[in-house]
Amino acid sequence: MTIDGNSLTALWWAVIFSGIYHGINPGMGWPLAVSAGLMEQKHWALPKALAMLALGHLLAMLAILLPFSMMTVLLQWESEIRIGAGMLVIAMGCYLLINRRHPRILARVHPSRLALWSFLAAMAHGAGLMLVPIYLGICAIGSSEAGHLAARTLMGNNIGNALVVAFVHTMTMTIAGGIIATIIYFWLGLKFLSKTWFNLDIVWAISLILVGIFGIYSTYAGH
Amino acid sequence: MNMRPDPTFHATAQLAMQAPVENYGFTIMLSPDGEQSDGIAVVDLNPDSSTYGQIVHQVIVPHKGDEFHHFGWNACSSALSPLTGHAFLERRYLIVPGIRSSRIYIIDVKDPLNAKIHKTIEPEELFEKTGYSRPHTIHCGPEGIYVSTLGGGGEDGTDGPPGIFIMDCETFEIIGRYEMDRGKQDKHYDFWWNLPQDYMVSSEWGLPPQFEHGVVPEDLLSNKYGHSIHFWDLRKRKNIQTIDFGENYQMALEVRPAHDPSKSYGFCGVVVDTTNLQGAIFTWWRDDEGNWQAKKTVTIDPVPADADDLPDLLKGFGAVPPLVTDIDLSLDDKYLYVACWGLGEMHQYDVSDPMNPILAGKVELGGIVAKHKHANGKGFAYGPQMVEISRDGKRVYWTNSLYSTWDDQFYPNDEGGQMVMANVGDDGGFELDKDFYVDFPKGYRSHQIRLEGGDCSTDSFCYPNV
Repeated sequence: MTIDGNSLTALWWAVIFSGIYHGINPGMGWPLAVSAGLMEQKHWALPKALAMLALGHLLAMLAILLPFSMMTVLLQWESEIRIGAGMLVIAMGCYLLINRRHPRILARVHPSRLALWSFLAAMAHGAGLMLVPIYLGICAIGSSEAGHLAARTLMGNNIGNALVVAFVHTMTMTIAGGIIATIIYFWLGLKFLSKTWFNLDIVWAISLILVGIFGIYSTYAGH
Repeated sequence: MNMRPDPTFHATAQLAMQAPVENYGFTIMLSPDGEQSDGIAVVDLNPDSSTYGQIVHQVIVPHKGDEFHHFGWNACSSALSPLTGHAFLERRYLIVPGIRSSRIYIIDVKDPLNAKIHKTIEPEELFEKTGYSRPHTIHCGPEGIYVSTLGGGGEDGTDGPPGIFIMDCETFEIIGRYEMDRGKQDKHYDFWWNLPQDYMVSSEWGLPPQFEHGVVPEDLLSNKYGHSIHFWDLRKRKNIQTIDFGENYQMALEVRPAHDPSKSYGFCGVVVDTTNLQGAIFTWWRDDEGNWQAKKTVTIDPVPADADDLPDLLKGFGAVPPLVTDIDLSLDDKYLYVACWGLGEMHQYDVSDPMNPILAGKVELGGIVAKHKHANGKGFAYGPQMVEISRDGKRVYWTNSLYSTWDDQFYPNDEGGQMVMANVGDDGGFELDKDFYVDFPKGYRSHQIRLEGGDCSTDSFCYPNV
């Protein structure tokens, strides 16, 4: 129980940490919020842009997590699902590592359609997939605690978990990205835009691989 | 791929102005008769260098008769676009098209003194993948490098309209045509855009038979060259509005939008008004309803001349037309430089109020009749033509050739290539620098100039000035 409790806490911290990580990645959109604020020459354009980016990101998380929450009801397949998900995340990481080209589809989105852009950016970079092993870990602890629950209740719990995971992740992402965007917009100026922009492509791809390995490992380790 | 954005990428035009100044210039070397191969001259622009103002390296291509004209960088400040996030490209390659051969060279200038050809795209590949020919203007934008063309398919480039094609910014593979709906656009020349506002503007010269063998006087006098500009929804790839300046405004060439992307206006130079031989600048802008408008805001008068002093082409008119063949806007959107190739003058207009440009300075050099000498006493073939401004706006460089066959018609007795520079005063005005005068190797003429680290007709900025 205490081990489970600790693991659960660690997993929720992972959700929060992943949010911060996505938030500081320029590829997830904080420079767009700066640009929107400056282009519209109104301060409120910045929080509005952040909200649109958050909406797109949240939807992208749900688009990935909800199908997995449906699958968690297949309790007898739990290990296979978690291992499969881990392998999927590793595969995405490998793909991004090998294919270093940027997705051209993002260049076709109109600059004002921030939510759509954010959704597509998150999908193209496997941002949602990065959460799947963490999410399945949380669900696994939930199901072992509540093994006697009816499948319907379990699924309800797991859908709830997906919503909370997506929400908490997106919130921390928005706060992290928002802080950077705000500091650059109000204080540091655009010179720091290029100074704070690091190439995270490889780090990002490796993160996916590591999270995938963690997912598979934790399945065998019991959670 | 870098770990950090290329230091020559700047979020705003303001930041680009504060960046370190240029040390090298890259200038087209054109062999007008195809006797020699064309090339790129690397010019030392560092006043503290012992080779200042000299050609310190040449990249001469293996083919002959390409006819180099315009060219551009593989990457610019547009890579900092928050939408595409291509921040880790290097500004390293020059894309150099031959407008006669349709061959495209990718030249690696990472080390300017050892610049070399990185890749050659053969004309057949361009024809096959796009149906266009005679590639011209280069800009780096969403989805890759955009290249305008002057010709369609077929031997003389009139099989279908010319347009823009897109090239991959890393592999330099030609991806394909840009246009989904070109509307009335049937000729092409220059184009540029405003990336955050998502619009593009393109202009018109004429079709290949109208320029390749020289200007066709009958076509000019019957107003058959281009006289419209086209506005595009950049990402929808759709022509949303065409503005016809009026058929007498022959050859709407360079398009120069304000560099600050929060502004919705720009300029376009017109070579000649066939009703009175004037040169003209149009200011175009987006009105409150979102429609595009254009208005003539500068006219430059022709100068009467004795028929004996004029080339055959102009004898009947008894005057020298200004021939506005290139314009360039400083990064602070303050000064517009206008080349009057026929008169032999470079004008500087204060365009702080874009609807009311004010002549702030003038340099006289060359000219069909005037034949002004340089401040150092040397001659200058033809007149001021391709103009490029340093990022900080303090130096203006220009060369003298317009286009091989046209040079010979307007200046039948001139020959040679020169590149000069003028220093801009703190409160406007500009004067030729006596110590900067690049004479090109025998048999070569000079055309467009690109500056190391970007210049005023290359970079597209994605964030407004603060």
